[in-house]
Amino acid sequence: MNEDENTLKKNGQGGAAVLTKPEAAGKRKQVFSEVMLSVRDLYVSFRTFGGEVQALRGVSFDLYKGETLAIVGESGCGKSVTANTIMGLIPEPAGRIKNGSVLFKGKDLTKLDKSKMRKVQGVDISMIFQDPMTALNPTLKIGEQLTEGLRTHQKVSIGEARKKAIKLLEVVGIPNPEERMKQYPHQFSGGMRQRIVIAIALICEPELLIADEPTTALDVTIQAQILELFEEIQERTGVSIILITHDLGVVAKIADRIAVMYAGKVIEIGTKREVFYTPQHPYTKGLLASVPRLDLKEEELQPIEGTPPDLFAPPIGCPFTARCPFAMEVCDRIYPGTTDISVTHAVDCWLQDERAKKLFD
Amino acid sequence: MAIYIVKRFFMMIATILIIATLTFFLMHSVPGSPFDEERTSNPTIQANLEKFYKLDQPTHVQYFDYLKSIATFDFGPSIKKPNETVNTLLARGFPISFELGMVTILVAVISGITLGTLAALRHNGIIDYSAMAFAVIGISVPNFVLATVLIQQFAVNWNLLPPATWSSRMHMILPTLALATGPTAIIARLTRSSMLEVLTQDYIKMARAKGLSPVRIVLRHALRNALMPVVTIMGTMLAGILTGTFVIEKIFAIPGMGKYFVESINNRDYPVIMGSTVFYSAFLVFMLFLVDIVYGFIDPRIKLHRKEGDA
Ligand SMILES: Nc1ncnc2c1ncn2[C@@H]1O[C@H](COP(=O)(O)OP(=O)(O)O)[C@@H](O)[C@H]1O
Ligand code: SF4
Ligand SMILES: [Mg+2]
Repeated sequence: MNEDENTLKKNGQGGAAVLTKPEAAGKRKQVFSEVMLSVRDLYVSFRTFGGEVQALRGVSFDLYKGETLAIVGESGCGKSVTANTIMGLIPEPAGRIKNGSVLFKGKDLTKLDKSKMRKVQGVDISMIFQDPMTALNPTLKIGEQLTEGLRTHQKVSIGEARKKAIKLLEVVGIPNPEERMKQYPHQFSGGMRQRIVIAIALICEPELLIADEPTTALDVTIQAQILELFEEIQERTGVSIILITHDLGVVAKIADRIAVMYAGKVIEIGTKREVFYTPQHPYTKGLLASVPRLDLKEEELQPIEGTPPDLFAPPIGCPFTARCPFAMEVCDRIYPGTTDISVTHAVDCWLQDERAKKLFD
Repeated sequence: MAIYIVKRFFMMIATILIIATLTFFLMHSVPGSPFDEERTSNPTIQANLEKFYKLDQPTHVQYFDYLKSIATFDFGPSIKKPNETVNTLLARGFPISFELGMVTILVAVISGITLGTLAALRHNGIIDYSAMAFAVIGISVPNFVLATVLIQQFAVNWNLLPPATWSSRMHMILPTLALATGPTAIIARLTRSSMLEVLTQDYIKMARAKGLSPVRIVLRHALRNALMPVVTIMGTMLAGILTGTFVIEKIFAIPGMGKYFVESINNRDYPVIMGSTVFYSAFLVFMLFLVDIVYGFIDPRIKLHRKEGDA
């Protein structure tokens, strides 16, 4: 793995060598040995006029080098808060990390002060936002928006920075990049803007890319193109990706592993295969059943009935109890522990708990 | 760009023409004449005077004479000040009023934007609350009241600053303060609210995600966007300050255009009224034009010209 890091570093020097393909990159996808990011028991709350919103209530997961982890779940389950916490973008003082850690290559990001965190932001970890129409500053030329991160973090001349930016625009598929550098965001279409946002995220060659619903605001055809771009970038650079989405179609396309979130918790995590074909949590099953399929008619679609619990006063037991067709007495009272289904597959549900299983037998 | 400027130029001419016309007919519809106060005047002298100033002519003839005077920038002699022409009055008074107005605008823009930005950055903090308390007072206290209070305190009670006239830098402080406080407060409030709004935008979050310094984020990313509403109100604010100078000049005995203007209205000094009104409106219309140009520079989405194709 050291070798790969060297390749990344090497790329940092010359503008021409941007995102060249290290030989091992293709293989790395299968290796997944090195943990890049480790989120442990994260609790995040927001103080609001209505009280305290417990947005994250003990989120844990690992991210391996070179993989794409998809985080899925209904709106409001805490996907964006997870991303923002990793990125150090929780709005203070309303938002607060109450517990837990975000270990990036062994370093706890939640313990860093702001100026140290700024050396991670955009350098080691980059973020891609949902709406490309609002993510770019309307009053600055895209050339400046591309190069400013690089110029902040590395000692490069304007000329070098521009050269690298132009190369990157080419990589993400913007025609006439040299001309385009001088233009403003309103002169680009939505899809083009998202490509620019991706280029901005890549400019310092980060090791982790967090994309928060990067295709939700785009047309279906453009969505597919952007997803392909992600795959291409990962293949070239071996970057790890956290992809947040509520679109299981997107997940099916590019994820290696999937974490399913519900009411501020990760309730199931596993490889794509495991989660898609042998889902263990009733919520995951419901989610998969509600995906429109080509072979089913629209009426046969089964969305999960009910709504997620109120995060001002989340239930002590399993938060899915009120909507769960298999809910038991114990579900309402005690939160189920995490049960390992396989080395890679884990679920928080009483149905899978050894003790409950005994009961049924 | 060139086409835009030419278009705007003709619109400016049209605007000035409309203002001139309105002024002319409003003025003539107000009862009284420049010679009302001259008790001793006998009918013959009065008739001769009216003839000299062409007041005996039919209204439409006077109107066209007046338009001609505008076109040639020669507004004719003053009726009440026999040795002066409107042009000499303007040449003497306007630079002083202009100075007062410009210093005021400068002070208001700089302190208003600074105050508003700090308040937004320290949202709900002590700076925010004090700045907004100041703004409420600044907006609600009329400048002539503030002027008297300032004179009373700084000049009379504490003897720190000169109470009146316009003869040195020190003399400029109180009138500028009196005139600038209201606009400062308005700009501060507007900057604050628009800054608060801008700071929640995705592109600011994105700038933070790039690891940029807070200073760069505020100055380069937020401020420019936050200032757009401020630029929009600059036009009306300029007009307000311009008319405000008249009042303040009167209070501080500043020999600007305000004094002549007020006098001319009281005396029905027609050429001075019309000349200064047209001059001031031309000035204002030109300033509005400048504001639009500035706006185009700040916001690249405003197209002053049709050129680029969307991709
Ligand atoms: N800045 C904030 N202030 C208050 N509540 C917030 C804030 N950000 C997120 N939340 C709350 O946290 C919960 C999770 O939100 P989020 O992570 O944005 O959901 P999603 O999974 O749709 O991205 C929601 O209940 C939301 O209302
Ligand atoms: S723990 Fe109980 S309520 Fe929760 S998902 Fe499992 S069975 Fe349903
Ligand atoms: Mg979200």
